[in-house]
Amino acid sequence: MTKFLKRRQFITAGLATAASASGLGTAVYFADRYGLIPPDHTGIVGIGETLTYATQRLLTSGHSLAREFKRSDISKVPIVNGPHPADEKYLALLAEGFENWRLSIEGLVARPVSFSLEELRRLPAENHITLHACEQGWSYIAEWTGVRLATVLDLAGVRPKSRYVVFEPFANPNQSRTVVRALWESIDMADALHPQTLLAYGMNGEALPADHGAPARLRLGRHLGWKNTKYLSRIVITDRRDLYRKGGGTWYGGI
Amino acid sequence: MISEANVEAAVETASTPRHIALVRITHWIVVLSVLGLLITGTGILVSHPRLYWGETGGVGTPSLIDLPIPFIIGPSVWNRPFHFFFAWVLVLTGLTYMVGSFITQHFRKDLLPAKADLRWNRIIAVVSEHLRWRRPEADAVSTYNVVQRLTYLAVVFGLFPAILWTGLAMSFGVTSVFPILATALGGHQSARTVHFTCVVLLLLFVIVHILMLCLAGFWRSVRTMITG
Repeated sequence: MTKFLKRRQFITAGLATAASASGLGTAVYFADRYGLIPPDHTGIVGIGETLTYATQRLLTSGHSLAREFKRSDISKVPIVNGPHPADEKYLALLAEGFENWRLSIEGLVARPVSFSLEELRRLPAENHITLHACEQGWSYIAEWTGVRLATVLDLAGVRPKSRYVVFEPFANPNQSRTVVRALWESIDMADALHPQTLLAYGMNGEALPADHGAPARLRLGRHLGWKNTKYLSRIVITDRRDLYRKGGGTWYGGI
Repeated sequence: MISEANVEAAVETASTPRHIALVRITHWIVVLSVLGLLITGTGILVSHPRLYWGETGGVGTPSLIDLPIPFIIGPSVWNRPFHFFFAWVLVLTGLTYMVGSFITQHFRKDLLPAKADLRWNRIIAVVSEHLRWRRPEADAVSTYNVVQRLTYLAVVFGLFPAILWTGLAMSFGVTSVFPILATALGGHQSARTVHFTCVVLLLLFVIVHILMLCLAGFWRSVRTMITG
């Protein structure tokens, strides 16, 4: 009797294991197909990152909007997190008010384009009063003015196989290519096409100050500060998973 | 004096495990994940050891609490991913414990206090006995006393859910779907402050919990939580 029970338990356990394994395999296949697997899904940290990213992508499907605030909520002290780059090219552009600055949109696009600051300003503008929080812990509320990234991507014609949008900022002088690459930030298409994702050139009713990312910075409603790349110089649309900042943190950040 | 009831209780204690397997397994996973969360949470906190109320706050704005530790910029970046890993372990283990406890009636049988025990003089008696470091009677060891039951219920249904809520309230992705998680508390910084406060309360619980284990016999208590 016991022997019979043991055999039955053994068969049940075996079947359960096989079912779980194939279930997991199917889950991974569909998760990847529906964009629920982040680029950095490996290792111990990758487990948490994947669970967080997949859960949030399932929750936020349909462009859920970040909280917006009243004009009276705007912080008197918008905290500056580090000074602007001291790169010669950047300083020259800053001195002339970014007249010769151009933001290029490259990669998997039908028509590679570039915009001057004036051209960006002529595109339909939006204002969003949102909370900007640093992963360190501090936060402030500011009004951001800019053009939707979706509008700009539309003008360039994003190819169907695109998966990520990479943002390259101006670097500091004498930075090695590895360090410069470490400044690259990337977001998925869900965030890129989100209605609160702006290429912001204005802050609190004025031109974007140099220390807040002039001439233009990325503004994401649903992310922490570090994903909001300042001092934009180039935008690349790609299907590569490996083009993003690798500074010890995770790609999605979980928040 | 050995009464018949005492003998019966002793026999029963010997034959049935003090803690069911669900409680024993989830208890230790929770211990490990909370330890991981405490270490990585400290790593995040030290990058800005000031706490605020409302939505905003930073250097140059008034704070609610200034922790007497220096600002250490950097560790928060690589501690946060691990914090999220341990948070997932804790949440999934917590869910397993919750569902399992309802199925096995662990809450009703082991944690819900008897009506007769829910009187102030009973509660005060238990507390004062423990404050005088008096070892509980043998038969009292086989079941949780009223203060234990109330405390465990508060930790399971109050403290842990509050820590999870305030953690989620700091996520911009989550508050874009459930803004009330942040607004009900007064804002992003309030959530951060309550998150921290709840962790301090949890630490206090852990300290008292370990002290009580020492009173009841530390290794014996640990052993029953491992083998039953």
